[in-house]
Amino acid sequence: MNEHLLGLEYCSKEEIESMLKAGFSFKEVLSRPIPKVPTLRGKTVVNLFFENSTRTRISFELAQKRLSADTVNFSASGSSVSKGESLRDTIRNIEAMKIDMVVVRHQSPGVPYFLTQCTDSIIINAGDGLHEHPTQGLLDIMTLQEKLGTVKDLKVVIVGDILHSRVARSNIYGLQKLGAKVALCGPPTLIPVQAEQWGVEIFYNIEDAIRWGEVLNVLRLQLERQHSGLFPTRREYAHRFGVTLEKLRQVDKEITIMHPGPINRGLELEHDLADSEFSVILDQVTNGVALRMAVLYLKSGVSTTEQAISQKK
Amino acid sequence: MKKEKYLAAIIDSKGVQRTLKRLASEILEESDGADNLVFIGLHTRGFPLAKRIIDCVKEEEHVDVPLGSLDVTLYRDDFGRRAESLQMQVTDVPVDIDGKTVILVDDVLYTGRTIRAALDALIDMGRPAKIRLVVMIDRGHRELPIKADFIGKYLPTSLGEEVSVKLKNIDGEDGVFLVTATEEGE
Repeated sequence: MNEHLLGLEYCSKEEIESMLKAGFSFKEVLSRPIPKVPTLRGKTVVNLFFENSTRTRISFELAQKRLSADTVNFSASGSSVSKGESLRDTIRNIEAMKIDMVVVRHQSPGVPYFLTQCTDSIIINAGDGLHEHPTQGLLDIMTLQEKLGTVKDLKVVIVGDILHSRVARSNIYGLQKLGAKVALCGPPTLIPVQAEQWGVEIFYNIEDAIRWGEVLNVLRLQLERQHSGLFPTRREYAHRFGVTLEKLRQVDKEITIMHPGPINRGLELEHDLADSEFSVILDQVTNGVALRMAVLYLKSGVSTTEQAISQKK
Repeated sequence: MKKEKYLAAIIDSKGVQRTLKRLASEILEESDGADNLVFIGLHTRGFPLAKRIIDCVKEEEHVDVPLGSLDVTLYRDDFGRRAESLQMQVTDVPVDIDGKTVILVDDVLYTGRTIRAALDALIDMGRPAKIRLVVMIDRGHRELPIKADFIGKYLPTSLGEEVSVKLKNIDGEDGVFLVTATEEGE
């Protein structure tokens, strides 16, 4: 098993399966009267967030606390980064305070990899630019396995702003490795040119995508990244690509709706649909904590020292 | 898979059945019936063993006794001393253990470290009135002050030996064997 978790592109099928399996075990732990285990006692984890995040940071922090790890939170605003400190210096200084693991989110792709080159700590990617968000990909797959049993041969459509989405990339790599069929759907301007090389179907029409798929993973339209006129108006986007109950009723089958959050209600996803029986959005959030516990547990137990390997039983 | 070199048969299949019956009787005698009992089997062989003891209890008292399974991986004291984290097994304790007499079941008692972890895990789940430990084989070499309340057989062993408990409900046969552990690839 890899020591770090940088992206699902670099994980084997077996590794992904073992993280998912452990995720379900931790879900049981979270249902106990005391939803906490002593496994990571004495380990220190730093949450290094250079970009805003509520869900992911709270989810990681809860996962760490429920494993009894000590956690430190770092956010870029109001830190020495605003005084001009380099990333390398920041991480070297934090590491000098004796830590074991770093969970990092950054606006630039490749930052987690860069950190593996300048520290000895275990690095977990919590989202790097447009690259990957592996724990989100894993918790999406876990939620699908929980609801539908398996993702093998499952038809999953990722809808919306694929261009700016690290969630889409992690989902594609993870789902394809487990044998699911993946399609993308969105306006041509929001589908990256290289998508054709990913081995996915591409739909430019949401009705076609709904007819094809069994699951719609609806992405957030990243309004903060939409200043270059990639689509005319929000209203037109909602009309053409927004997922609504009415559009789902056109087909006679059960469709599962996912969303990585936060939702722009009424834009990419109809208000009522987000709370309907089609939606597993809150299950995704619940599973997120269990899945992140699994990742922290499995990664922090990977030891590359000779002593540990010789003691392997 | 672990390769085992066979050394000697300790208990044969008839003997295993007799031992299970005796353990069930002893537990019932000490607990004055099966009313307040909850059996919890440890992974991997304690759980099927607990099932077998419950079958014997049923035969004697004609009652259903609750059975749970417990995986203690997250409570072990050797985390980080192995090359990789261990994959967990199912933990499923279907009843509230508050005020109950918990009968903890494992196949072989050795260093006592697994039992220590199991006690911590149980106490995080509630406050049992009593916890009793049942093992098929006590092979000695304790590293912690822990002892079993009900023992199938006390079997002094050397460190190079291992005890293998086979059970009909998972291995297809009953028996206890002394083996040497050779190459381990688990």
